[in-house]
Amino acid sequence: MTVEIGHFALILALTLALIQAVVPFVGARRGDPALMGVGAGAALAQFVFVAVAFAALARAHLTSDFSVVNVAENSHSALPAIYKFAGVWGNHEGSMLLWVLILSAFGALAAAFSRGLPARLGADALAAQGLIGAAFLAFILFTSNPFARVWPAPFEGGDLNPVLQDPGLAIHPPLLYFGYVGFSIVFSFAVAALVEGRVDAAWARFARPFALVAWCFLTLGVAMGSYWAYYTLGWGGFWFWDPVENASLMPWLAGTAFVHSAAVMEKRDALKVWTIFLAIVAFSFSLIGTFLVRSGVLTSVHAFASDPRRGVFILAILAFFIAGSLALFAWRAPLLKQGGLFAPISREGALALNNLLLTSACATVLFGTLYPLALEEFSGEKITVGAPFFNMTAGLLMLAACFVAPFGFSLAWKRGDLLGVAQRLAVAIAGGFVVLVALIAIFRGGPILEPIAAGLAAFVMLGALCEVVARVWRSGASFAAALSRARGLPLSFWGGAAAHFGVGVTLLGLAGVGFGAETIATMRIGEAQKVGPYAVVLETVGQRNGPNYRDSVAAMTIRSGGAFAAAIEPARRQFSARQTTTTQAGIATLDFGQVYVSIGDPNADGGVPARLYWKPLVTLIWLGAAVMALGGLLSLADRRLRFGAPALRRARAAATGVEAQPQ
Amino acid sequence: MKTLRALLAAAFVLAAAAAGAVQPDEVMKDPALEARARALSAELRCMVCQNQSIDDSDAPLARDIRLLIRERIAEGETNDALRAFLVSRYGDFILLKPPFKAETLLLWLSAPLTLALGALALVLARRRAPTATPALSAEEEKRLAEIEGD
Repeated sequence: MTVEIGHFALILALTLALIQAVVPFVGARRGDPALMGVGAGAALAQFVFVAVAFAALARAHLTSDFSVVNVAENSHSALPAIYKFAGVWGNHEGSMLLWVLILSAFGALAAAFSRGLPARLGADALAAQGLIGAAFLAFILFTSNPFARVWPAPFEGGDLNPVLQDPGLAIHPPLLYFGYVGFSIVFSFAVAALVEGRVDAAWARFARPFALVAWCFLTLGVAMGSYWAYYTLGWGGFWFWDPVENASLMPWLAGTAFVHSAAVMEKRDALKVWTIFLAIVAFSFSLIGTFLVRSGVLTSVHAFASDPRRGVFILAILAFFIAGSLALFAWRAPLLKQGGLFAPISREGALALNNLLLTSACATVLFGTLYPLALEEFSGEKITVGAPFFNMTAGLLMLAACFVAPFGFSLAWKRGDLLGVAQRLAVAIAGGFVVLVALIAIFRGGPILEPIAAGLAAFVMLGALCEVVARVWRSGASFAAALSRARGLPLSFWGGAAAHFGVGVTLLGLAGVGFGAETIATMRIGEAQKVGPYAVVLETVGQRNGPNYRDSVAAMTIRSGGAFAAAIEPARRQFSARQTTTTQAGIATLDFGQVYVSIGDPNADGGVPARLYWKPLVTLIWLGAAVMALGGLLSLADRRLRFGAPALRRARAAATGVEAQPQ
Repeated sequence: MKTLRALLAAAFVLAAAAAGAVQPDEVMKDPALEARARALSAELRCMVCQNQSIDDSDAPLARDIRLLIRERIAEGETNDALRAFLVSRYGDFILLKPPFKAETLLLWLSAPLTLALGALALVLARRRAPTATPALSAEEEKRLAEIEGD
């Protein structure tokens, strides 16, 4: 019964989304406040009904109701509860429902906070958001219904894919979806601004918090996905440049560019057209990321044939929103007034350069991802565009963007002084060079690219610190004075400093890859294998039963100079329901590096084939992403960006009768 | 979902063969030759996987090619000759780094081209933008005088 309630709630949500798409838009054209006001209520109600639908599906999964096709195909009664729940989005239909749930949540959030906005802008934005919701609710209801029943119900489910039975499934997709979908609000506001033909700093002030929320989630989502792949796939690779990963990197790059250019727009009223364009691009890539990939078209054109209805529906939605918004942009963007003059050497100039590099990197990733498809379509020739290509092109552009970052962070608005900034960054520049030269000298004949990356990482990290010091410390001033200055700096400054520092941290982790070690050997009990500075000893081999699997475990100890450092238990995990085996790597974090061991099936003579890796600094790759997200969060907490802050200040000023000081 | 597909591909592969990537029994005795084999395998695509190199792949096909490479290297064949042989057998598809030729010209130029186009757009936008702050209108002058008079 709850399943039918869920289905019905989803249909109601679609109806509400359609109302939200049409009524406020008509109201805005007629200047009717009552009609415009419908948008907010519809958005809130739509969220409630989608949440009911999602809860109904979650209940079916948690109670293993195998009369629901979705549960019967993707769940199993022996699954631990967390995977029964995470399994809701471990399949096509359920993940679509999660996507729409988050979409409607953001829509409700925007509706709740849109009161301080010009009425027409808010109404148009909610209408655009409603249109997106309607399209995807229709997609779910007509092609991917998660509530379909099966009769007679099977006694047991087909089980969740074993590779997905991992805490990563509980965390990674929701994070990523919050990131993807968060950009939908920014997109809707860009569309509304284009319809209006007017955009100003207030627009950026409203759109930027949403973009920051989305960006934080996306940063964490991409990092989490990378770590999941790292520990699951069994050889310690963390980025493959495969189409699915590229699909999540592209919105991240566009979103990063947007967060920066929106800052310029908010503070200096410049780069407006460009910011609107990025808002459209960021969400377009999010759509491509979720749907084109899910439909399978990126990896094989023929995957569409498996369910042509879904593929065609998705393509139609993508074409409508992406081509439609770009056409609207081409038509209306010339109406947007440019403002805010700046010299080429200025913070705006540096941010424009950063935008150029990031969007070029994004475009290159898009080219590299789609080129093999297009070429095969037009000439029948099959090529592969793999890691070497992306490292040489997009990788290089991203490194260049990292190099520009400290300069942009230290330059003054409007007209900057490059020489002055170089002096300000003297310590960072010197530090970067020292790291570069030292690494090349120590590892003579070793890698070249990694020392460069490490030097750049030092420059970026020290650059962020230099700017903090320059803002806080005055020669001769007391520590207390510095502390009070530090407290006086806006949170958005600290956020920027933290995010840039995080970029440096990630870069340092990437540089560490070049200094790792690898050993491939057949291990025997009691024998030690050297890997990097450590020795790994195989202690015992045994079997262990889990709730729905059986592990062949190889217990090992890691020794450093004869002393015990850590114990790991790499295993081969056998799932009975689907007759599959997965590799469970044994990972020990030692300082910021990791010893990573994965094993194969034991030989007849008792030897265990194993691959052992020492990966120095590898955890910094993901810690850096966490620091970046923290930076975004700090920025978000800035008073200036708090929703409704200007309204509050006005109210307070009116109450006290004092004119508020402009910030 | 980002990694979902990669994971599914991996699941398929793991199910098909309970073997890891490079196995102990594959490793060549001469470390210099083994290093060459590893470097070469990192450039070659495992053709049944998702953008994975044969060096990282668990698929039986990847293992076959890894063994083939080592056999040929032991026989004294050069990297270029080996690469040419593999391309003649499997096509450009096996190279993770696409060759630079007429069909891939646009691909290889995508980065410099977008960079150049973007720079051009920035320069043009600057040209089009008004170069000086527009003078105040009479009304604005009057308002300014009022404010200053306060």
